[in-house]
Amino acid sequence: MEALTNRVKEVSRKPMSFSERLYIPNILKGMAITFSHMFKKQPTIRYPEQKREFSPVFRGLHVLNRDEEGRERCTACGLCAVACPAEAITMEAAERLPGEEHLYREEKYAAKYEINMLRCIFCGLCEEACPKDAIYLSETFAPANFTRKGFIYGKDELVIPNQLIDPAGFAEARGAARNN
Amino acid sequence: MSEIQLFKVTIDNITIEVPAGTSILHAARQIGGDVAPPAMCFYSKLEGSGGKCRTCLVEVSKGSEKDPRPMPKLVASCRTNVMDGMEVKNITSPKVIDARAGIVEFLLLNHPLDCPVCDQAGECHLQDLSFEHGKADTRYEFQRRTFPKHDLGKYIQLHMTRCILCYRCVFVADQLTNKREHGILDRGDHSEIATLIEKNLDNDFIGNVIDVCPVGALTDKTFRFKNRVWFLKPMDAHRNCPTCSGKVTLWNRGEEVYRVTARKDQWGEVEDWICNDCRFEKKQSSDWTIEGPRLIDRHSVIAQGHYAGTVGTNIPTETFKAVHAGRDPKLLMDIHSVSEVNPTDIELSLINGPAHSNNFNSNKD
Repeated sequence: MEALTNRVKEVSRKPMSFSERLYIPNILKGMAITFSHMFKKQPTIRYPEQKREFSPVFRGLHVLNRDEEGRERCTACGLCAVACPAEAITMEAAERLPGEEHLYREEKYAAKYEINMLRCIFCGLCEEACPKDAIYLSETFAPANFTRKGFIYGKDELVIPNQLIDPAGFAEARGAARNN
Repeated sequence: MSEIQLFKVTIDNITIEVPAGTSILHAARQIGGDVAPPAMCFYSKLEGSGGKCRTCLVEVSKGSEKDPRPMPKLVASCRTNVMDGMEVKNITSPKVIDARAGIVEFLLLNHPLDCPVCDQAGECHLQDLSFEHGKADTRYEFQRRTFPKHDLGKYIQLHMTRCILCYRCVFVADQLTNKREHGILDRGDHSEIATLIEKNLDNDFIGNVIDVCPVGALTDKTFRFKNRVWFLKPMDAHRNCPTCSGKVTLWNRGEEVYRVTARKDQWGEVEDWICNDCRFEKKQSSDWTIEGPRLIDRHSVIAQGHYAGTVGTNIPTETFKAVHAGRDPKLLMDIHSVSEVNPTDIELSLINGPAHSNNFNSNKD
């Protein structure tokens, strides 16, 4: 049969010689290779003590942003939910009452806002669709769990801590790399 | 003369025969498609409407067979009647395209960019118009006009900043009700829709101003901020109404009726006027006989995530018990135990007016 490429190697079917049957030189050769790896650079890291740096385009858990006065930006326009290919986002809107102006930026706001992290594929289309700069994908993970409960993230998990009141929580929610 | 004279008119190189006295806009609508010019103020069911917004401008390149001179300026097609042998250019004329982009820019001068908040978003004619015919930028550098807020009663919410002064709501009040109580006050930049001294609009048919409003200036207060139109399921329904035809479109979420509107044709005009009782008070699905899902243009955002025909209108039956000899599943997660959205104890659609924080908090405990 004609070979498909010129890189084909024919397998030798000859019986092994005495020195080959001793195996020891080849075992030593293999151990030398293993030993040499001790001095090479390790590709693995010791998670969770050490953590890898995220790439600049990493898309992690969502946060709902606040404006510079600490008011929620989201107006529950529903564009993130209609853009979501996994249909992970649901919300319910409410009208701002007089006296709530320090809490919400616009007269309409999201009274309930939920993202099902089991459905979410972290594509970032919600971030792209948002006209109010309200939703962002941060550089944090959703923690693993054995049950389904706790994977529907409500407003208490999503809305970023107020940077004026809780700067540390604000920095943590945004993720490590974005703070540098 | 018993026979109606037919005029031959050519619009964008498509020739059609229409009876004398037809406007260019109507002739173009008979051809349909892109040939029909957009209209913001003209409403075929309202006598005297049109001629204000100028979005329907077309070029008449040949006046008629007898007088073939072109008309010197672009004309408003809703107010200009066809002549025999007239040749009209709409989308084939660069002049018209350019003028329309300018008109859109003018209409958007004072229009606030609050589409994320506005309830009309998704079915707003100004949104469609600026998307299809407008430019991406505005050159206007000044503050947009603002108005003191007027309350029009418990049914109709007025956002004067969004108004483009098309006068359609004024014609509705004139032609559908006995006494018009709202109108345009002041002139020029200050003109606004209002009642002279704070009055409620409470005529039986005044709710139709919501349907004719091309923008979000007049919206349904009972639907205010409840949901976005593209998450709702439009269903044709009717009821035996003593005052109106009772033929409506229901906007459902699940079984809940979030909003009731009149049925709108392909030009966004209502087919039958409906009364306030049908529109605002009948928010139970038991009030209505449902005919089937309403056909929505598939390019509309309202068609997003909806399927054609009756798909999604039938509630699937639970098969677990049948398959497992009457046994309930051992592990069953109730969605309400983990999700706070759409709770069983709050019927958003039955709240009068928009939901507030106390609607949600009182049920939390």
